[in-house]
Amino acid sequence: MAAVKSMNKLYGVCVHAARRTASRLFQHRAFRVGAVQRQQPFDSSLEKPQFPGASAEFVDHLEFIQPNVISGIPVYRVMDRQGNIIDPSQDPQLSKEQVLNFYQKMTLLNTMDRILYESQRQGRISFYMTNYGEEGTHIGSAAALDPEDIVFGQYREAGVLMYRGFPLDMFMAQCYANVDDLGKGRQMPVHYGSKDLNFVTISSPLATQIPQAAGAAYALKRENMNRAVICYFGEGAASEGDAHAGFNFSATLECPIIFFCRNNGYAISTPTNEQYRGDGIAARGPGYGMLSIRVDGNDVFAVYNATKEARRRAVAENQPFLIEAMTYRIGHHSTSDDSSAYRSVDEVNYWDKQDHPISRLRHYMTARNWWSEDDEKSWRKQSRKTVMEAFERAEKRLKPNIELMFTDVYQEMTPNLNKQRDAMWRHMKQYKEHYPFELFDKEPISQ
Amino acid sequence: MAAAARFFIRGANSKLSITGIGNGSQSSFGGTLVKLSPSSNSRTKTQRRHAHFTFQPDPERTQYGPTQKMNLFQSVTSALDNTLASDPTAVIFGEDVAFGGVFRCTVGLRDKYGKDRVFNTPLCEQGIVGFGIGAAVAGATAIAEIQFADYIYPAFDQIVNEAAKYRYRSGNLFDCGSLTIRAPWGCVGHGSLYHSQSPEAFFAHCPGIKVVIPRSPVQAKGLLLSCIADQNPCIFFEPKILYRAAVEQVPVEPYTIPLSQADIVQEGSDVTLVAWGTQIHVMREVANMAQEKLGVSCEVIDLQTILPWDVETVCKSVVKTGRLLISHEAPITGGFAAEISSSVQEECFLNLEAPISRVCGYDTPFPHIFEPFYIPDKWKCFDAIKKMINY
Repeated sequence: MAAVKSMNKLYGVCVHAARRTASRLFQHRAFRVGAVQRQQPFDSSLEKPQFPGASAEFVDHLEFIQPNVISGIPVYRVMDRQGNIIDPSQDPQLSKEQVLNFYQKMTLLNTMDRILYESQRQGRISFYMTNYGEEGTHIGSAAALDPEDIVFGQYREAGVLMYRGFPLDMFMAQCYANVDDLGKGRQMPVHYGSKDLNFVTISSPLATQIPQAAGAAYALKRENMNRAVICYFGEGAASEGDAHAGFNFSATLECPIIFFCRNNGYAISTPTNEQYRGDGIAARGPGYGMLSIRVDGNDVFAVYNATKEARRRAVAENQPFLIEAMTYRIGHHSTSDDSSAYRSVDEVNYWDKQDHPISRLRHYMTARNWWSEDDEKSWRKQSRKTVMEAFERAEKRLKPNIELMFTDVYQEMTPNLNKQRDAMWRHMKQYKEHYPFELFDKEPISQ
Repeated sequence: MAAAARFFIRGANSKLSITGIGNGSQSSFGGTLVKLSPSSNSRTKTQRRHAHFTFQPDPERTQYGPTQKMNLFQSVTSALDNTLASDPTAVIFGEDVAFGGVFRCTVGLRDKYGKDRVFNTPLCEQGIVGFGIGAAVAGATAIAEIQFADYIYPAFDQIVNEAAKYRYRSGNLFDCGSLTIRAPWGCVGHGSLYHSQSPEAFFAHCPGIKVVIPRSPVQAKGLLLSCIADQNPCIFFEPKILYRAAVEQVPVEPYTIPLSQADIVQEGSDVTLVAWGTQIHVMREVANMAQEKLGVSCEVIDLQTILPWDVETVCKSVVKTGRLLISHEAPITGGFAAEISSSVQEECFLNLEAPISRVCGYDTPFPHIFEPFYIPDKWKCFDAIKKMINY
């Protein structure tokens, strides 16, 4: 209780200011640019500080503010670890159909992860990253958005794309870099993108998407079409300068954006106590003037509720929201990582067995007799079958036309690139036996 | 970041005088004002030197409609004004652009087009460019200002790893083609390490972006409008020493000058001189000197677009003249002259009468007091021509 009170004292100004602002602006979505200004002229007869840089009172005893990391921002949840609803008023009361869809998307993702991880071990694809343990963060947040909202991700959000309807064939095509890949075979596996589903193509550099997401949100605000942006990143990426830039810009420029941090405990091998010393990522939000919340990322309803409300207000009030979803990365960082080198099997097992988003949701469903053992058995069989079929199809497809190595550098081909392309083909004509031509599509491309 | 230095530059350029502050009962500056006597000692020379070039305006263009006398920063304002008027998605942002910008390039635009379209950002170059990329991805025409090219480096990752590669890596699903980044560029007489840089070579090595540098107000407006219209992310470097010094009759209506087309400023038969930005005016003087003192006829080419650059025009000229001199303020090693030199010797080896000459800055940071010795001035270029002719 005392901890909560002191937390409120620290963040109280922001909370109260936000409430006042929220009610005042609820009626209209006008721009507040320039609204945050001094209300009174400078007046040195007052004992209140007159500095333009902060709105505060004087204090005459020396005391440093203690960062509260022992009892930090509390974790919002709807279900307990066994999937029981704690406070019925927080149950989003989604239909059976919606909940089953959540479950099936999370488990389909899990199945796809297992098969593609294995395929990398067998040398069939070059690289893969699993989403084990974080399926709840993907599905809960994706379900709370509108399909027209733009998603900027990091690389561990495949479930968001899956929820929106990205076909298994397209996931496979990108991982196999085959002729069906929308990305034309240019990037490593798991760097998905879809224009139709408003999922901006993933790039490897971390946190670069954060200020970009703020810019996109600003453009959407000007369009005034009731669209928001969500930006995903891990707690490690949140240390990058780009994260600071994105948060600050989104607050000062009043952008309709949700920043969604997946705090999964590790950035490759670096645990959170080597990543930051403050109270996680949520505690940084108030520093930027941003409304923030910490949620149980393994509770799909908590993620759903928080994202839904953040989205509603971000668009209505043109301000950013920060959601820190606490979760755990059950898998290795990627196929290039063996996490037994830096964490114990017991730790991983705890999360896999005792606090998993999929099993918690299953308990919720079985408690309502929405899902039986037979349903589980037949769904597992069916989902594995569809994934395997897509996998086998993808593996047989050719790779993209080699001409596609040279296109899309600019919107148009340049004389320089034309020359280099011609030089490449002249070389290939002479030395073709040293190059894997048989794997690549030879159909002419329309430019 | 160099806020103090920026204040100094701003003071020098915008003639803001600090008046009326000391009108209280006592001098409130914390120190008595010292009365300075004019320097009568013949040994102390005046600090301000003449510029190392004379701006040479181009003949007035009549094909783009009525013109108005504008300097370089006004021609930039004109281009931005045209853009905001015709493109409702266009937005201009960066540090201090709201009040008009430290070089006055955005004066009047916020009042005319609104606070949502011309606005300040926090002081963060990586944020400015990242934000610009995102706005462009979402369909807006984003015009980002970096206050000095010297400060563009925090945005290097966003430019090179993100903006340049957006279209390619997404298979053309996404792009930030409607992003243009503008930054003041080049020496200014007293700019020193961090207000004088010419970073085009760093970006020339990055496929996917375009790098453009104008020599004059007319070129600036036309090239900037081309960059804004171009569906690839562009960096537009504006020679800051020309902001006030370069005055021309500039068309009021919008017009474009094509990118990746070098401009033959002056035809000649004996030596090809290639440069861009301020250095073109140095080269024109050098061409006159070469004609008068050596009887040598020089062809002066303004490259204008550094990336992708117009190899054909330069090579065609070198085939004709057999001699090439390239000059830029940026340090010689790894400077863009090296790329031009390498490509030209590949294409035109047998046409060359002499080794290709590069007259550039030394491999030092850009110095303050030593600037007159550092820059590739007309005497250094003239001397290089003499050596080439006598090779």
